[in-house]
Amino acid sequence: MEAEAVNTPGAATVSPRAATPSATGARPKPRKTLGRPAAVLLRVCSLLLFFTLWWGVSLLNAHVLKVFNPVLLPAPDEVLRAGIKMAASGELLRHITASLSRVLWGFGIAAVLGVVVGTALARSRVLEHLVEPSLEMLRPIPPLAFLPMMVLWFGIGESSKVAFIAYAAFFPVFTTTVEGIKYVDPVLIRAASSLGATERQIFWHVVLPAATPNIITGLRLAFGLSFFVIVAAEFIAADSGLGFLINDARTFFLVANMLLGAAVIGIIGVAANVLLRKLEARLLRWRAESRGQA
Amino acid sequence: MKSIQIEGVSKSYTEGALALDEVSLELSENSFTCLLGPSGCGKSTLLNMIAGFIEPTTGHILVDGREVTHAGADRGVVFQEYALFPWRTAIENVEFGPMVQGVSRAERRATAREYLSLVGLAEHEDKYPRELSGGMKQRVAIARALANHPSVLLMDEPFGALDAQTREVMQEELLRIWEQDKKTVVFVTHSISESIFLADRIVVMATQPGTIKEIVDVALPHPRERSSAEFVALEREIKRLVREEVAKLGVTG
Repeated sequence: MEAEAVNTPGAATVSPRAATPSATGARPKPRKTLGRPAAVLLRVCSLLLFFTLWWGVSLLNAHVLKVFNPVLLPAPDEVLRAGIKMAASGELLRHITASLSRVLWGFGIAAVLGVVVGTALARSRVLEHLVEPSLEMLRPIPPLAFLPMMVLWFGIGESSKVAFIAYAAFFPVFTTTVEGIKYVDPVLIRAASSLGATERQIFWHVVLPAATPNIITGLRLAFGLSFFVIVAAEFIAADSGLGFLINDARTFFLVANMLLGAAVIGIIGVAANVLLRKLEARLLRWRAESRGQA
Repeated sequence: MKSIQIEGVSKSYTEGALALDEVSLELSENSFTCLLGPSGCGKSTLLNMIAGFIEPTTGHILVDGREVTHAGADRGVVFQEYALFPWRTAIENVEFGPMVQGVSRAERRATAREYLSLVGLAEHEDKYPRELSGGMKQRVAIARALANHPSVLLMDEPFGALDAQTREVMQEELLRIWEQDKKTVVFVTHSISESIFLADRIVVMATQPGTIKEIVDVALPHPRERSSAEFVALEREIKRLVREEVAKLGVTG
């Protein structure tokens, strides 16, 4: 009954062919289970290794090997210093706020439109046939292809960025909503109608809650995608935001600032994902265990 | 008084395929009727038509004198697959009927508590369906149907997904609940022993097309002992009737 929805954290697209390993008959070995302390230790090692490698390459090149211009790869501490400097001047916060507000606006619009349009389409055959072909035609085109046009249409102000994010983030929400609403277990609808529920009540009390897990997955994908595209949008036309920070730093050859911009985006992305997962766990308490097993 | 009147009901799905052919049946108030037969005899189709989920091609079905046109709160349904709302706790599931009828929060909570304790689940009201066993889920589903005060309780192979032991316990429980909260019950099953254990009347159905083959009145007093001579004799008789229908399907053994 519970078609486990796509749950790849951070992945913007989902391949339906992802999970068919046993087709050749070569069964993959069962993975050894690890204790929690061991797992945590390995994870810490992974991060330590990454930063040591980065640091090592940077220092080795700057002082010993001199293969490339040291300006091209600043060491982690330089990035950190750049970050502290920018944070102190308030500039970093300005960029973060600019990007975040665009993302929240664009994502918000996409979420509302995606759920509303998706619901309408899933519930009306006429609308489905009328609208879906056009959307299906647009969907495979990478949203970035429309970015220059959006700048022409909406100018270089906030609206072009917001519109662009809204456009890009609309599709995952829309698709998962349609799926969720269409494939509600019909026996639940029968049960509700035999308990005296009207069409309206069935929609609000059965169809929508049944589709919620799907919709939430779509929202999470859409949020990730919003961050993904905002950076590109800010490369092209902006005077603030993390994408602008990176691009601006490039003009002045401030590689540490470029890396700083990327790092901040990463940190915000991780934080947002944690928050969304918390929210999801709360909203979907009723299926907490089935998620764990999946 | 007649609770359910089925008058010349037929159902054909596609050209030629007749699921039910001119079935007529009257069920009196607070009776317990089993519809028994092999798969494909149209017993579930008949139940779904009484529930109002599907329309008869010809004929009428009246419940309490009113013609059935769609599903409604006067006919509670218990499904084999439980059909509990997984996002609602046990008590919230039971409250669903009163909620959509506009009963106040406090009142419907009280009703739901009452029915949950009737089915023996007072302790588990805050559990979600995934935390309940199959038998417990079906108890919640029965409580949910009853909390709506229907005049008719329709059960579509409700214990079909349960293991043999749980199934027998649930049969006894159902009779106990029925004694306390009398309804006209229509119970679909393909288990002969289940139908003899539960029903006042067993409607044995014939296949291809679905018709009523024979109506067997079960006069044994409750509680019925499955190993008693009368029970076994009845079982043998009904088995013979059902076998004829299974043979007609070309599925022997």
